[in-house]
Amino acid sequence: MSRTLSAPVTVAFDYTRSTGPVLGRFLTGLRDGVLVGARTSQGEVVVPPLEYDPVTHEQTADFVEVEPVGTVTSWSWVPEPVAGQPFDRPFAFALVTLDGATRPMLHAVDVASPAEIRTGMRVQVRWAEERVGHITDIACFEPEAGRDEGADGATELSRPGEADADGGFEAPFEARGLAPQDERSARTSTTEGDVTGVVTPVSLDYVYAASPEESTFYRGLDEGRILAQRCPTCDKVYVPPRSACPTDGTPTEGEVELSGLGTITTFCIVNVPFLGQKIAPPYVSAYVLLDGADIALLHLILGVPADEVRMGMRVEAVWKPREEWAYSLENIDHFAPTGDPDADYDTYQRHL
Amino acid sequence: MRDVAVVGFAQRQMPDFDGSPTCVEMLVPILAECYEQTGWTRRDVGFWCSGSSDYLAGRSFSFVQAVDAIGVTPPINESHVEMDLAWAMYEAWIKIQTGEVNTALVYAFGKSSAGVLRRTLALQLDPYTMTPLWPDTVSLAGLQARAGIDAGLWDERAMAEVAHRSLTDAEKNDHAIRKGGSSVADLLARPMYADPLRKHDCAPVTDGAAALVLAAGDRARDVRDRPAWITGLSHFVDSPGLGTRDLTRAPSAANAAARLDLDGVEVAELHAPFSHQELVLRRELGLADDVRINPSGGALAGNPMFSGGGIRIGETAQRIWSGEIGKGVGHATSGAALQQNLLCVLDADNGRVGA
Repeated sequence: MSRTLSAPVTVAFDYTRSTGPVLGRFLTGLRDGVLVGARTSQGEVVVPPLEYDPVTHEQTADFVEVEPVGTVTSWSWVPEPVAGQPFDRPFAFALVTLDGATRPMLHAVDVASPAEIRTGMRVQVRWAEERVGHITDIACFEPEAGRDEGADGATELSRPGEADADGGFEAPFEARGLAPQDERSARTSTTEGDVTGVVTPVSLDYVYAASPEESTFYRGLDEGRILAQRCPTCDKVYVPPRSACPTDGTPTEGEVELSGLGTITTFCIVNVPFLGQKIAPPYVSAYVLLDGADIALLHLILGVPADEVRMGMRVEAVWKPREEWAYSLENIDHFAPTGDPDADYDTYQRHL
Repeated sequence: MRDVAVVGFAQRQMPDFDGSPTCVEMLVPILAECYEQTGWTRRDVGFWCSGSSDYLAGRSFSFVQAVDAIGVTPPINESHVEMDLAWAMYEAWIKIQTGEVNTALVYAFGKSSAGVLRRTLALQLDPYTMTPLWPDTVSLAGLQARAGIDAGLWDERAMAEVAHRSLTDAEKNDHAIRKGGSSVADLLARPMYADPLRKHDCAPVTDGAAALVLAAGDRARDVRDRPAWITGLSHFVDSPGLGTRDLTRAPSAANAAARLDLDGVEVAELHAPFSHQELVLRRELGLADDVRINPSGGALAGNPMFSGGGIRIGETAQRIWSGEIGKGVGHATSGAALQQNLLCVLDADNGRVGA
């Protein structure tokens, strides 16, 4: 048996962001199949556009349309793609300087092996089948169509060091300027208006490894026992057990088995429905101070009308049928009143 | 300015840690080491600051459970940064400079192996145009490495030499999780991983924790015969946009160095999780040829997230306490491709007459 319990955990949520006028302009362009960058006060053409000028700190206003073709200025092979990347097979991430831009943007290049990509290679945008105003509207870059791979037709790219020495990159050809409204409004007249927000789903996978103390606790629950541990310095009993006593910073030790009997120290009546709620409100969540423990457990109170729950009420654990047990505090279905007289305030007042 | 020194340091590094994702269990013995080194109890600590990451832990407010390890009743003077230990130390140094406290214990922890580290770190990028592509840390470092190779600033051999020297030096470091056993030729003969990077060019995924103890003036002299006085501390940040940066440079590191006196530095512990990044930093810091770089083996020998930078400061401090060196610099980085850089100059001599 391994020392600790572990289980897979996925943390997933959607980031919902407003985009503002500059990134909104860029993302609207992507949706419409147009690449929009912006010129800085130093004459750089940056794609995606910077929201504020890095030198003057003025909001970006000088938008330019750049070409959907460009030159690879650096690349890195991705032998083992991770979830969410543009491909689930090996590919390259690259910095691509689009024709009309002076600074590169990051994206994927769809080639089958490192032998098929090189710095200086010409690439073109492959658009996603459905465009919604998101960076992934660019599915990836791919080698430029009709380009002879043998001929190195684009070695004129400047290197970062040289560019800095010269004070800026030289654009391969003149970028087309966009007036603040005209050209874009013409393009978007047939679409649904500007992109003002993006939703980015995030999903992260972890292996949650419980601490040795937590593992003891969960293994106990799987046997129908409630196990706590004691601080050797101050004698306080913690359930679930913690790695160290928060009062003393001392590692807890020893197993202390507690009964399922306890006292409600405080509670709340949940009236508000929320996503993922398992019980129809109203219901009572309460802190239950198990007899012999110095810290209360949060659990559900059933078997009594919500408006009759009170501080000091004596309750006991009601376990699920044994065949439903797992390494979980949910093995205890809920706590229910014992019918005994309420506990004296003195017995729990130090634990509020 | 008050004289403040590093007077305590403890660390743990491991490939993966069987247990507590909050690393409370690992912190307890590390803090005990700090008490033993200083002769203090936790009541002697005026300020606490920690570094960790919720994304690394996979849950919110993940640092709260870790404060159990320091004991928080009655309430203590405590803070947290979602940054490396080195930045937690910076906050503590400022706290001591205010005069409010004289001592601080800073700690950091992280279980990198709980998720896919190179993927998790994509969450620190621009959320509109970069994170949705999930560019992993190794790929971004690869773009940086190739930019330097293409510009003729370094080559695969120079990168292998960094890795070889690190792994050789790491043989003397009990905490290193990767060490020794190769030559530059052997390293170059190994297959590419994420072209242009081989696996030994990338820091190993490392779980771990570390702590540093700071003290002002006589409190420091009480602890150490040769306290490692902090005579310079500086940090800067570059743009998060990879496209707007020259990836072969790290202006933030150069800016930090320009504000410090690095003359006479004998050892530089550089936080370079990728071999070529040491070459970038060496140039930006303008270090002399005789400066020993990463005698601990550096991050290529072990890089516990959120402790790796602070460990560089601790390693430097230890060499001052022991009398091995008189002056050194510890460096920490954060963000993608050396975006953020902190430098901490440590000196056996605090530079004050009669001190």
